[in-house]
Amino acid sequence: MVHERVMEKLSILADAAKYDVSCSSSQSNRKNKDNGLGNAKGYGICHSYTEDGRCVSLLKILLTNHCIFDCAYCVSRKSNDVKRAAFTVQEVVDLTIGFYRRNYIEGLFLSSGIFDNPDYTMERLVRIAKKLRLEENFNGYIHLKAIPGASDELLQQAGMYADRLSVNVEMPTEKSLKLLAPDKNHIDVIKPMEYLKNEIVGHKEEKKLNYKAPIFAPAGQSTQMVIGATQENDMEILGMANYFYDQMNMRRVYYSGYVPISYDTRLPAIGTPVPVIRENRLYQADWLIRLYGFNVNEIVGFDQPNLDLDIDPKLGWALRNMNQFPVDVNTADLELIKRIPGIGFLSAKKIVAARKFKKLVPQDLQKLGIAYTRAKYFLAFATPFQLQKDLTSIQIKDHILNTQKSKYKNDFSNQLALF
Amino acid sequence: MTQVIYDGTYEGWVTAVFEIYEYKLQDIVFAKNEASADLLFSTNHTVITDEVKVKRVLSGLQKRLSKNGFQGLYNAFLSETNKIEEIMFRYVAYVLSSTVNVEDDFSNNDVLELRKAIRLTGKESHRMEAFVRFQLTKDQLYYAIVEPDCNVLPLIENHFKSRYADQRWLIYDSKRKYGIYYDLKNVSTVALQFNTESNSSKFLAEIGDEGEELFQDLWRNYFKSVNIESRKNTKLHLQHMPKRYWKNLTEKIPDIKGRI
Repeated sequence: MVHERVMEKLSILADAAKYDVSCSSSQSNRKNKDNGLGNAKGYGICHSYTEDGRCVSLLKILLTNHCIFDCAYCVSRKSNDVKRAAFTVQEVVDLTIGFYRRNYIEGLFLSSGIFDNPDYTMERLVRIAKKLRLEENFNGYIHLKAIPGASDELLQQAGMYADRLSVNVEMPTEKSLKLLAPDKNHIDVIKPMEYLKNEIVGHKEEKKLNYKAPIFAPAGQSTQMVIGATQENDMEILGMANYFYDQMNMRRVYYSGYVPISYDTRLPAIGTPVPVIRENRLYQADWLIRLYGFNVNEIVGFDQPNLDLDIDPKLGWALRNMNQFPVDVNTADLELIKRIPGIGFLSAKKIVAARKFKKLVPQDLQKLGIAYTRAKYFLAFATPFQLQKDLTSIQIKDHILNTQKSKYKNDFSNQLALF
Repeated sequence: MTQVIYDGTYEGWVTAVFEIYEYKLQDIVFAKNEASADLLFSTNHTVITDEVKVKRVLSGLQKRLSKNGFQGLYNAFLSETNKIEEIMFRYVAYVLSSTVNVEDDFSNNDVLELRKAIRLTGKESHRMEAFVRFQLTKDQLYYAIVEPDCNVLPLIENHFKSRYADQRWLIYDSKRKYGIYYDLKNVSTVALQFNTESNSSKFLAEIGDEGEELFQDLWRNYFKSVNIESRKNTKLHLQHMPKRYWKNLTEKIPDIKGRI
């Protein structure tokens, strides 16, 4: 039973965990077993939204904020003068079940500071997941942090009970990791990732042959990096993400705009705005890579190492590649339609479905809900043939920026001062 | 103009479709249960729900629509948006008059409007899967009050049944005055008068389980602790969690001491 004293621990350990950005509870289809408690939906459900607009789908807490490391970007770093707390295994289990039964959450996202040593910490995380699955017959979503340095046996067990595992790469380059977290290096992160990747692939293969084979981290693994704390450009960041998608079968890479929490001179000063626009542009670029068939080199390159902050990366690509346009939506391939600025993934599919019935004209596209004011510069219609005035990409960009009201217009971060 | 009066159920509406063809009624307006007084010069046609007619219309539609499209029609009905019965009727007429499946003909206005209604219902039922907040009573019933814009209880029943298989629960729609109740075996529809002041401290003290208040406070505490002040974005917050839902969301209700 949960008691009053858990209240204080919860505020400390939820507060310390809030900078972890993964909140997704999707991509795991865990069925309710033997009339037990809970299931996991493939699409995930956000149960609430914080006042900063982020979704709350999981009980995201640290097991403890005691930590042997002293990473400059982390609130729980050893040298930081904060209140420390630690949950017991049973407390985390009771909180999860109590919240889940009231439909507050989709499951648990459990991370931890490292106390004593990696195995000691990992063992406790695993014990919580195991208890939830075996004693409470809990079938909701569980995301565990894989602690770098933990033994393969513990990672193996974690995968048996959790839906998703993540090892945080923290900083996009080794250089900045060394600067801010002298005790850490990328190899220690890559090693468990590699192990998990192989286990996930192996279990999937086994499952194909024998449907009774156990599942292992069915929602795969994810990672996150902190953005804007150090000097990397977007090419380095997206290059790293691309490596994770290609080499590690990563389901998601999260980008966490650095929230200044420290007076450390290696880091942006307290009061520096969070780079929310840049973070948003990185996520947009990430979607283009994962879902729109873009190659990372098409979005950033040596000639253009950073994403535009004032326009989205798809529009940026289109303006640099005007030779690909105009595109006729009545005849073009789905893949090409997806690349038209202002036309999203779903609209592109609708267009392909609707054009079977009649030749689409601009009014039809507007009705389908595409951003026509943006798309029109890139569209051609066979009949009636509309002669698109030959605008330069700079002119188009000007037109679009003047007609749209960016939601960030009043909220531009200091990064724009560079321009 | 003909006013077609039906009982407000989906089956009633489907029967009405049959009779509109049967009696060759023109210039249709639908009305639930009683004739609207606003329409002075209309003739009235009252529909009695008839299973045979329902079956005939539905099987005709089933032949011409995909499985999704067929279910979609019902979902559109549950949206309860303005003029949805008329839009649905024109859509059905288009479907029945075509030899091919027309549900993806987005250049047709009725197809588009129907899709919008389906989307609205879908969005609302997804939200209700998220925004139901159960409270535990002394006799171990988890109950929740909701006020969805669309009539989504029939659509979320299975979700809650397969998720909360080992606890008794009741979800009550205070706008439409009915609920769905799960007794550890089956879900049934129940019509009951539910105390609308069930969020008050007095009510919770009387019927709430011992641990209920603590869990509500823990959840409020958690909700506060995960917010990052320097990223505050009220517009986004409201977009995801519109104010109309707040009165039934534990995290948006002041704690016990702050309530009446």
